[in-house]
Amino acid sequence: MKKYTDTGKKDTRSGFGAGMTVLGRTNPNVVALCADLIGSLKIQEFIDENPERFFQVGIAEANMMGMAAGLTIGGKIPFTGTFANFSTGRVYDQIRQSIAYSGKNVKICASHAGLTLGEDGATHQILEDIGLMKMLPGMTVINPCDYNQTKAATIAIAEHEGPVYLRFGRPSVANFTPEDQKFEVGKAILLNEGTDVTIIATGHLVWESLLAAEALEAKGISAEVINIHTIKPLDEEAILASVAKTGCVVTAEEHNYYGGLGESVARVLVKNQPAPQEFIATNDTFGESGTPAQLMEKYGLNNKAIEKAVEKVLKRK
Amino acid sequence: MSNIQQLNDLSTQVRRDILRMVHKVNSGHPGGSLGCTEFFVSLYNEIMELKDEFDMDGIGEDLFFLSNGHISPVFYSVLARKGYFPVEELSTFRMIDSRLQGHPTTHEGLPGIRVASGSLGQGMSVAIGAALAKKLNKDNHLVYSLHGDGELQEGQNWEAIMYAAAYKVDNYIATVDYNGQQIDGATDDVLPMGDLKTKFEAFGWDVMEIKEGNNIEAVINGMKEARTRTGKGKPVCVLLHTVMGHGVDFMMYTHAWHGKAPNDEQLEKALAQNPETLGDY
Repeated sequence: MKKYTDTGKKDTRSGFGAGMTVLGRTNPNVVALCADLIGSLKIQEFIDENPERFFQVGIAEANMMGMAAGLTIGGKIPFTGTFANFSTGRVYDQIRQSIAYSGKNVKICASHAGLTLGEDGATHQILEDIGLMKMLPGMTVINPCDYNQTKAATIAIAEHEGPVYLRFGRPSVANFTPEDQKFEVGKAILLNEGTDVTIIATGHLVWESLLAAEALEAKGISAEVINIHTIKPLDEEAILASVAKTGCVVTAEEHNYYGGLGESVARVLVKNQPAPQEFIATNDTFGESGTPAQLMEKYGLNNKAIEKAVEKVLKRK
Repeated sequence: MSNIQQLNDLSTQVRRDILRMVHKVNSGHPGGSLGCTEFFVSLYNEIMELKDEFDMDGIGEDLFFLSNGHISPVFYSVLARKGYFPVEELSTFRMIDSRLQGHPTTHEGLPGIRVASGSLGQGMSVAIGAALAKKLNKDNHLVYSLHGDGELQEGQNWEAIMYAAAYKVDNYIATVDYNGQQIDGATDDVLPMGDLKTKFEAFGWDVMEIKEGNNIEAVINGMKEARTRTGKGKPVCVLLHTVMGHGVDFMMYTHAWHGKAPNDEQLEKALAQNPETLGDY
């Protein structure tokens, strides 16, 4: 199996902040808005270097989304920053009408997504945001897997015309993708070639999938691992090519399985080449307080759970 | 551009357009459209500096955002008669495959529209964003917006009102169509909003009133006055007193025609009160 090395644990939100710093220096049209969470979104450097291009809107996310839509009129590329919960569900209609339906070039950047927000508990742990955003016509949905990839994605979406939802998280996780990677929106990344099963993962679950694949290899199971950082538009070709080879699939995401990546993959398979699929996702539930590791263990979102799902799906082939 | 007689003639023709548009598809919102006719006619013909060709970014010209998108008939009529798109296209209002959707949208590419509206309470935030983009672009033109008074019941407005004053968005004039009516009745019966002037002032805005919002000279003079108040560190609010349904006697002083189309007989009566001036579409 291809070897991946964790170069040191880092949070994906810091990858976003680093990407914003680069954009501040390279793209004069990029502006940032934040709803009272500068520290959490790690954008202080962008603000220090480009104070005139930063808008602190206070705890007023609806206004932030509308302002972002307005800033595009005149050629700006607004990046909004707040937690995933307040970036989506709280402002769904503002995004729907003023951004998506209006076709505005706004980048909705959402930190603290999913269970790994940890101790704050369910009020802040949104597990429905991918579904909410992918249902909006024209919305691109991206969930990068580590610091390096989040930084690359942040830089890349400034060049991508149209509304984008960029989802990342709070905890420090393995940083294993190349520092100098070129991020291609909508293009799956084949991390490990295998023949028995395809594991399709997004966000924090990508590293867990690699750990699972390693353990499975020791048991003689060859797992193909695909990093789907872009959930919409989905790289259907990559999925179909892999599943044609392996004949079964496990999807893995830090999200409810209603509306998540797994459902998108299932749709592609059912329409083209039906195959057994198991879902690593939360089971129509809210989260709760706890450490990220405890929560991922309790809700079945770690490498061990992926291993079990693989063993299960293999029996269904 | 014009003398007062010409603008009044245009207003009468716009009223005919509004009535005929909503009658044809038996849907739409004539009340607020009729009440805001003088405002739109003044804004697009006497107040705003506009480029000849429409482009989305609107750099080097004034911008307008309609927040209460349901009064699309007046917006469409005034845009068409200003030359943004063919006047004949008004006949497609609310019909399948039309660029003139029930509520305005950029989605079908209709020139003159810069954001979708209809779901209420969102336009002020968008207008503020556009005003900030103008400042970043060192473009000295202004941003205008229109809001229903009932629409101010939506909380997002007050987030925007707070922001615009706190961050001195002073290249922006927000007008409130102060007709005191909303779908379910008088605003004072549905959800009384108290003294809007005092509220805007308390939030830090420069507030002025146009008492005769259906008198073209009063509207022009008032909006010119509003323009002189920009650039002084405060956003400007114009409380525009209008009569919903103005220009059609049986539609005035009631919320009944907020979102209801006239039947054949009612149309005939209404058009008789607004004789053709510039030619029907």
